[in-house]
This record gives sequence, C-alpha cells and structure tokens, in this order.
Amino acid sequence: MKPKKTVAINRDWCKGCGICVAFCPKEVLVLDDREKACWAYPEKCINCGLCELRCPDMATTLEENES
Amino acid sequence: MAVKDYMRQRFLPHIWCAGCGHGIIMGNMIRAIDQLHMKKNDMVVVSGIGCSSRMPGYLDFHTMHTIHGRALAFAMGIKMGQPELNVIVPMGDGDALAIGGNHLIHAARRNVDLTAIIMNNSIYGMTGGQYSPLTPTGKKATTAVYGTDSKPFDVAALAQGAGATFVARTTTYHVQEMIDIIKKAIRHKGFSLVEIMSQCPTYYGRKNKLGGAVQIMESFKEETVKAGSKKAETSPELIKRGIFVQEDQPEYVETYLTLTEALQKAAKKQPGEPQGGHHE
Amino acid sequence: MKSGTIFIQGNEAIAQGALYAGLQFFAGYPITPSTEIAEILSEKLPKLGRKFVQMEDEISSMCAIIGASLTGLKVMTATSGPGFSLKQEAIGYAVMAEVPSVVVNVQRGGPSTGMPTGVAQGDVMQARWGTHGDHSIITLTASNLQDVFLMTVEAFNLAETYRTPVILLFDEVVAHMREKVEIPKPGEINVVERLRTSVPEGTNFHPYLTREDGRLPMSDFGGVHRYNVTGLVHDMWGFPSNDPKVAYDLLHHLVDKLENKADLLARYKEHYTEDAEILLISFGSAARTALHMVEQRRERGLKVGLLELQTLWPFPRQLIRSMCEGRSHVLVVEMNMGQVCQEVRKAVIRPERVYLANRFDGASISPADILNVLNMIRGKGV
Repeated sequence: MKPKKTVAINRDWCKGCGICVAFCPKEVLVLDDREKACWAYPEKCINCGLCELRCPDMATTLEENES
Repeated sequence: MAVKDYMRQRFLPHIWCAGCGHGIIMGNMIRAIDQLHMKKNDMVVVSGIGCSSRMPGYLDFHTMHTIHGRALAFAMGIKMGQPELNVIVPMGDGDALAIGGNHLIHAARRNVDLTAIIMNNSIYGMTGGQYSPLTPTGKKATTAVYGTDSKPFDVAALAQGAGATFVARTTTYHVQEMIDIIKKAIRHKGFSLVEIMSQCPTYYGRKNKLGGAVQIMESFKEETVKAGSKKAETSPELIKRGIFVQEDQPEYVETYLTLTEALQKAAKKQPGEPQGGHHE
Repeated sequence: MKSGTIFIQGNEAIAQGALYAGLQFFAGYPITPSTEIAEILSEKLPKLGRKFVQMEDEISSMCAIIGASLTGLKVMTATSGPGFSLKQEAIGYAVMAEVPSVVVNVQRGGPSTGMPTGVAQGDVMQARWGTHGDHSIITLTASNLQDVFLMTVEAFNLAETYRTPVILLFDEVVAHMREKVEIPKPGEINVVERLRTSVPEGTNFHPYLTREDGRLPMSDFGGVHRYNVTGLVHDMWGFPSNDPKVAYDLLHHLVDKLENKADLLARYKEHYTEDAEILLISFGSAARTALHMVEQRRERGLKVGLLELQTLWPFPRQLIRSMCEGRSHVLVVEMNMGQVCQEVRKAVIRPERVYLANRFDGASISPADILNVLNMIRGKGV
C-alpha cells in the first residue's frame, strides 16, 4: 500500500531525540548512524502524522508526493 | 501554512535540548494558530525568563521576551493598549508560579483576555536544574539535594480558585488533545490557562532517574487520565487531563472599554470639565 | 481638559501635564505621597477614552506601561521610594529595550518605609543608578507647580525623542502643596509625537538600527512589522546576541545617546546669578527655601544667587562647571546627605569651595538651615 505523503526529515534541525522513532505506531522510523531520524520503512507508514506532531524540532513534516 | 512558515527560520535549530518538550508545545501551538486562521500581525507572544521563555524569539509574530515572572504584567499593558491583538503568554514553572505567581492570580482574577501556556517541566531548566513550585514532593534537584521541601501547586486548581474562566491541562504526549485545547483556549474570551506537562530529560529526568524524553512522555501517558472518563473514576490517583473550566464571564478590557464609551457619551452631553481641585 | 488658570496640588499638576502631553495609559499602585496621581487619572483617563489600570504592585505597573508603550501609546506610572525600588528591574528593561515611558517618583523620607509623609530628596542617586548595569537615564525635577506641569510635558517629549524611560523626581512638599497653574492651550507648548518608521510593509524593519540623525523610529505592536523585543543584549533586529562587538556597540549607544547630549538636556533656572559671589545650587522644594534665602540676603546687600536645577541626570557637568567658575563659594542646598553636592564637587575646578546645606529628618529645609551654613562659610572666607 503506497502512502499518500512523504515523511520528510530536516537533518539540520533534527536532534536525534528518538521520540518519533519510539512512538511511531508502525515502527517506520529509525535513528541512522548519524543519530538523525530516518523514514526507513515507508511502505509500512500509515501517514498518521504523529511523528510530525510529536517532533520537538519541527524537523519532521508530512509532505505531498510530487507525482 | 506550514509550521515553518510561522517561524523565524534563520534561528533554527532552536536552543532546547534534544527531546525537550518545549519544542513539541511550540509546534502544536503554531498548528493551533494556523487552524484558527489567525493573522500573524494580530499575534503577540510575551514570555518571561527561562527555557520556556525562549519560545517567542523563534516565532514570526510580535514578540516580547521580558523579565522573570512578569510576562503577564507586560501582556496586560499590550492587551489594554491594543485590545484587538491576540496575546499568548508562554511561561515556565518559575515564571508562572514562583516569582510570577502574584501576576498569575491577578490576571486570572481580572479575567483579562490572555492565553497563558504553562510549560510545566517540574524544574528550573535554564539555570541548571533547581526545583520549582511544581516539582513533586520528594523529588531531587540541585537545590533539593535531600528532596523537595514541600508540595507542588495544583496549577489548574490555583487558576480556577483565582477566577480563570478557561482552565485546562494536557501533556506533550497527548499532541492532538494539545492542539484542540490550545485552539479553544485562544478562542475563549477571558483568561485562559493551559498547563502542559512537559519533559526536561537533561535535568529533572536525569536527577530523578526518570529516563530520557521518551520514558518521561510514556509516563505522561500512563500517569494521566482524561477527566470525566471511566478510568478517571476508577483510578483517582492519576492526574486528570482535559478542560476543567470553560465559562463566559465579563472580560476585563471589554468591560473597561464599555465604561469609557459610556463616560465619553455622557461627557458630550455636558460641555466642559469641572476646573481645579480633585476632591479629597 | 480646558486651558486656563486653576488652583491645584502638585500631584494634580503632574496629572494635568501628562494629559496635556498626550498620556494614553497609566498603570500604578497607591503609595504616599503619590497616590493622588493615580486617583486623579483613574477618574480623568476613562472619560477621555484613554486607559487606566490599578495593577497589583509597582513592579507590574512598570511592566504594564512598557507593554502598552510598545503598542504605540504614551505611558506613565507614579510611585514613591519603596515603589521606585521595586520598579528598578523593569526600568532597566525599558532602558535596554529603548521604550519611551515616564516614571514619577514623589520622594519621601527613606530609606525603606522611612517617613511616608515626610519630605526628602534622597533618591537622586537611585534615579541614576537604581537599575543594574552600565546605563544612562534622564531625570527631571521642579520646584513650583507651573514648572511641575512643564517638566512633566518635557518628560514625555524627551522620552519620545530619546526612546528612554524618563524619571520625574519630585518631592512630597511640591506634590502636596497647592499653587496656581496655568494650563496652556493645545499647541501652545511643543508636544513631541512618537517617531514611527516609514519603512513599508514587506521591507525589513530593524527596530534597533539608528538613523543617521541618531533617532530610532518605532513600529507599533500590531502593525505591519513584526520584531522581537528583549532585555538581553541584542542586535539591530532585536535578537539576543553574545557577540562582544554587538554588546560593546549597544552599551555605548545606550549611554552615549544621553550622556553626549547632557548639555542639550540641561534644564535649569537662574536667579540673581549674574553677579553672585556665592552661588547656591538647589532643586525641588529645597530650591524654594534657597530662593527665599537668596532674595532675603540680596536685600541686605549680599551678592548671592541661585542656580535651580531641573535636569538632574544626565548631570549637567558643563553647566555646573561654568556657572561655578569665579564664584567665591558654592553652596548646594538639598534634603539628603549630599547626593547632588558630590556631583557638583566632581564637576567644578575648585571642589574645596563647594559646601553643603542640608536636612534629612523629614522636615522641610528652613531658611535658618541655609543661613547657618552661609554664615559659617563667610566666617571662613573672611
């Protein structure tokens, strides 16, 4: 099932707190080797948007796909 | 508009620690303002001193970063000066309940149309982790080496007792609820107070072995309950969330303007001011 | 508020002066001997469609007027010693953020609760240095009610021109005595309006970028320019900065904008000074006694004169220096332990010729108090 929106992560603003990773209901996000959040499993993402709402750094946004 | 369109982006990333709850509050406050379709030029954000009070600098509104504890006093002047403006006052533990406690209860008593957002992280973060009037009993802090010496305030009860006409509580875990409550608080005509339980993983969390941001937010989920729910009845020891007070009462500035209008009308009917001597 | 002659107390003259200057927002808290200012304005301001609020304390009163000033209003608060102490942090904020405001301190016996109904002039140094950090400030005073009215208008004018809090330092005697005051017609005295920026919407507005002529145009909160105001050291955008160069430039600007204009800001009156051998220097209600003494001695052929200061800060050093030159003696008359006297001594070429006639027990300084010192000086001089 293809998600409608992309979870875009601003790596300049992300501080690697791990909140989005911990609270993602589908475990779609991970912290990469630079301690930045990463939309690792897009196919599992349900676009709930909780990662965007819970990010303290405004680093995570759900964006429309360019088709 | 996107959240970042409401921000002074050149100052990001912000100074708050990784995982600090204040960023969650800021982001959702912006979402609330966006969903209410408020105009940037109508928004004023006034803060005092502390980590929470760094918020206004990042926002593309009319912003004031004032002195410790006095944000509500400055906000009073702004609201009376230009009543059409929407004034939001983010404050921390100390700003709102310690040094600023007196201004809080009077702003509530007067029912001035301001929206106070109390970012309660149970600590004084900016100065390195001292305890606050909101730190739970027995918890440790740099000036509470043997544990705090007293009970914390129940902010919602205090605000209610002081006469606030909109009182609510939520946490940084309950983000949807937060947006909804902030929207209602801003729209409410009168003194609105929203207490948002927030995490300070760097000081409060570490000193009291509460884990990091994620663990503290999980504790917000476990240790709070929606007011009025079944669970609230069966587990009274849990902290209640939700809107506790939402009443329509005469608002201070509106009442004042009504008075001045009436006086000016009456003065027009009587030419000339009485001269000299204010009667003792 | 009609023009014409009225017979009122000093506190009312302050209120009338403020209204004439365009006061639009007053916040205050009662304290003897300034309470009448709040009482009078609580009645008059609402009738004029302007704003009054009694805040919960003097601190919040000062904060409220700063907030209101940023929305574009002319503002004032009034207090006495203990309240003036409370306001200091907020006054410093107004200094740092360059917010026009007027702070009235009707001095009473101090320190601490002191003598609420006793007169004193003990807050002169506090007006200058009450708030922490290097800074400058304008402080005005007056000895008679017509001048109280005029200096109040002047305070508003200077607050707007220099974007600074201005302290009106009166004393209990002047505030509570009654004299006739002539309220001028609108336009008869110059009233300075706020300088607002002409930068259009959409163009960057720098709230702290000085214009070529040294002025700093403002933009009202709620207007088309959104900016930040802070008490932290800040750049021209109003944003906090830790850069030493920014701090250096800002602090210099805050101090220089007033200290460099000390001569321009010096308000004073000369009474019989031209051929005076002994020059009295005084201010406020003490100057009334000093003037009486000068006139009395002149009748007896003594060449005395009085320099009445109306600007206390920035201290008019140049004026004092030149006025004291060539005199045989200088006698400072004040109701404190020598706060202005020490400034005079710093300013003159011959500080050993500067004497002090003072009183600080709550009672007004009497002609005898001055005469005793005058005789002692002249005894010395012979």
